[in-house]
Amino acid sequence: MAQSSQAAGGTMSIPALLLRNASEFGDKPAYREKQFGIWQSWSWKQTEAEVRNLALGLINMGVNEGDFIAIIGNNRPQLYWSMVAAQSVGAIPVPLYQDAAAEEMAYVLDHCGARYVIAEDQEQVDKVLEVQDRLHQFEHMIYLDPRGMRKYDHTRLHDYAHVQEQGHAARDELTPELQARRAKLNYETVCVMLYTSGTTGKPKGVVLSNRNIIESAKSSAEFDNLGPGEEVLAYLPMAWVGDFIFSLGQAYWTGFCVNCPESPETTPSDLREIGPTYYFAPPRVFETQLTNVMIRMEDAGKLKKWLFDTFMAQAKRVGPDILDGKPVGLLDRLKYKLGDIFIYGPLKNTLGMSNVRVGYTAGEAIGPEIFQFYRSIGINLKQLYGQTEASVFITVQPDGEVRADTVGVPAPGVELKISDTGEVYYRSPGVFEYYYKNAESTADTKDAEGWVATGDAGFIEPDTGHLRIIDRAKDVGKMADGSLFAPKYVENKLKFFPNILEAVVFGNGRDKCMAFINIDMSAVGNWAERNNIAYSSYQELAGHTKVYAAIQAHVEEVNRSIAEDEMLSGCQVHRFLILHKELDADDGEMTRTRKVRRRIIEEKFADLIEALYAGKTEQYTETEVTYEDGRKGKISATLEIRDAAIAPIRTQKVAAE
Amino acid sequence: MTQTMQDEGYVTADGRKIGGVMMEMKNITLRFGGVKAITDISFDIRQGEIRAIIGPNGAGKSSMLNVISGFYVPQEGEVFFHGKKRPPMKPFEVARQGIARTFQNIALFEGMTVLDNVMTGRLNYMHTNILQQAIWRGKAEQEENENREAVEKIIDFLEIQSIRKTPVARLPYGLKKRVELARALAAEPKLLLLDEPMAGMNVEEKEDMSRFILDVNDEFGTTIALIEHDMGVVMDLSDRVVVMDYGKKIGDGTPDEVRNNQAVIDAYLGVSHD
Repeated sequence: MAQSSQAAGGTMSIPALLLRNASEFGDKPAYREKQFGIWQSWSWKQTEAEVRNLALGLINMGVNEGDFIAIIGNNRPQLYWSMVAAQSVGAIPVPLYQDAAAEEMAYVLDHCGARYVIAEDQEQVDKVLEVQDRLHQFEHMIYLDPRGMRKYDHTRLHDYAHVQEQGHAARDELTPELQARRAKLNYETVCVMLYTSGTTGKPKGVVLSNRNIIESAKSSAEFDNLGPGEEVLAYLPMAWVGDFIFSLGQAYWTGFCVNCPESPETTPSDLREIGPTYYFAPPRVFETQLTNVMIRMEDAGKLKKWLFDTFMAQAKRVGPDILDGKPVGLLDRLKYKLGDIFIYGPLKNTLGMSNVRVGYTAGEAIGPEIFQFYRSIGINLKQLYGQTEASVFITVQPDGEVRADTVGVPAPGVELKISDTGEVYYRSPGVFEYYYKNAESTADTKDAEGWVATGDAGFIEPDTGHLRIIDRAKDVGKMADGSLFAPKYVENKLKFFPNILEAVVFGNGRDKCMAFINIDMSAVGNWAERNNIAYSSYQELAGHTKVYAAIQAHVEEVNRSIAEDEMLSGCQVHRFLILHKELDADDGEMTRTRKVRRRIIEEKFADLIEALYAGKTEQYTETEVTYEDGRKGKISATLEIRDAAIAPIRTQKVAAE
Repeated sequence: MTQTMQDEGYVTADGRKIGGVMMEMKNITLRFGGVKAITDISFDIRQGEIRAIIGPNGAGKSSMLNVISGFYVPQEGEVFFHGKKRPPMKPFEVARQGIARTFQNIALFEGMTVLDNVMTGRLNYMHTNILQQAIWRGKAEQEENENREAVEKIIDFLEIQSIRKTPVARLPYGLKKRVELARALAAEPKLLLLDEPMAGMNVEEKEDMSRFILDVNDEFGTTIALIEHDMGVVMDLSDRVVVMDYGKKIGDGTPDEVRNNQAVIDAYLGVSHD
């Protein structure tokens, strides 16, 4: 790699990488952003000048080494520069979620004691001003977009461009200081602090050093052969570790170009115009895109629909194998090629994925059908498993070894071990330094030897070495016969069916698994409409025999797929019922982020669970519900309970086809 | 406050400087046959001001706006614009004077994209003829680029980038209203007339629109005259309010003054009219 020719120390921090890129890549675009309908670009040289002026401006404003600078906004080149400028002057950038409410920001800003804030626009400025009384260390705020802020009191507010100008004007005086500060940066210096979203308790500030970021960026870039020619679209929150690694770490290491969308709403069309070669999205994005394609195909003309169906069937059959470089017959290859001309090519173009060489999804489980769909039309979509504490990478799927049910092999430099309880531990150069002002949590998560607990239970497949994540470690239990009980694993399989919105599986300490099912009103309602099934309420639709039959088929299919898995075959769903109401956060049954609250559901629907285990075929129940205006009411129903066929357990492990 | 207003203007509570009189209506009476829509109304609109016209249904608000825009010529009374008496004019002459408007019932070209619709607002800034535009070399191209740039700034300002290429017919109502505002702004008006800019909008859309109206006034210094039913919006947005009822002016002043005006309270709460 070109980087190895550099003297050591030249690549030991992000600002150092910037200087290297400015001299090595010079006029090659580093950033693009669509402004007023036209893509503007900045070369590495220009980027270096922008960052330098801002860094000088920050020194001019009195930023000290070790200060925290909070950065709030959508993905904009200027905000990425702000992070690098902060690093250049020895300060620590802390990107925040731009959609967080003022209250949430107050906690983080106060916790890190940010003296400076760089905010995108009036909206973000207002949020900080709203809580500024509680921020004892907060001193100055810099904003990018001056719109609407003319009348604001400017004693503590500064225009971004003005800060740069002032820095530039004082360059003779301040440049030695900047150089001195930059020279002190090394692998041990803190690169960034990122707050984890905190599903339990308050967010924790994860401190990542230059070593963490640069080592992770380097090994992952080598893993996927990323070069300076890549194009990425930066559209995921800047406060998320993935964006920091992709749009900053890897971009600065390899020198590729980061494109920022015009606005969050224009992202799909910006994606099409840029045509990234390296792409990342959470499963939700892929899901939505696929749904849109399918809905539009439903409305297409007969010929188009036929073409689509025919070639998609062909793609499903041979597409993934062609992508993996496995042997495929000549005729099939020809047919696939034809399909590429008529369907896959134009489809990829519409999705903005014509040029994608490497695509990743992570964050949560992706439905196998969705995953296979993208792979079958020739998009090299892979899964990775990671977390903030690991500087993203724990495991990744190598090209040619991509499967929907695993998360891949340990990333370069990562060691894995599985504890006695089944929890996954890892150790790598990317492992975070510590949680800021939280030694207790640091000690809980990271042991003396550097092993970090993921909180997820999983196992390594003996023959392939791939890691499979089963569930959150705290949810995993044991059945009465001692076999593994992983509710989320089964629930996810059920939820991959469009008809099933939510599922809750019970069985911890019992001899059999049982399930509650919530139907997806839009999918099932649509199906009912097309099949002339009349219904007047959610409850009536949920209790319809035809709906029950459809759901039963789904449950049995899931059972068959679980049976293939020796370890988890005990989790097959023996009996199930369809709930008469949707699980709702207002009723406390789910969290606001739509995660099922098991304990509460167990208490609330104890009568139903009892009926499931008692072998009854129906059960009358009354449930308290909270309406949106806060009033409470009761709904009652007699629910049918059905048995699902249990698939025979295969003792021999079936290899993936 | 009204009496303290001299010709140099005044300063609002939030520190905005309001200039001298831009447009003055003197004793306007408008009749349609035997029906008197407006009876002897006088008021003024000052430079940089947000001026609201309110009143119950059928009070004559839209007629008043049409008089301001020059679409209706009153039978009695005079309209002064920048101190000069305004003669009856054609709509395009009004537009050239720097007056633009939006309509109560959206009047966009439904089949055209948002971008094209907003571009039509630039008509007064296009001077090349049809032949030059057909050949598309030099002047015509340059002119289009300049106008496109101005339009893009407005698209950015009103945050409608994502629907730039979408045909208007496919847009929801709230967005159409915003596109209409964009087209009016494209003409770079000195005086912007808004006929019920928030009618039929939900709370969130109203908040957005209010913010845009304030921003337009603040950023471009555009004088705004608007008709609105939502009293909360009117009281929050405007500097001064004219209240009409049955074609007559029953109140004029700052929102607070108007709110405490007995005649206005009667008109809104309803008393028997003799």
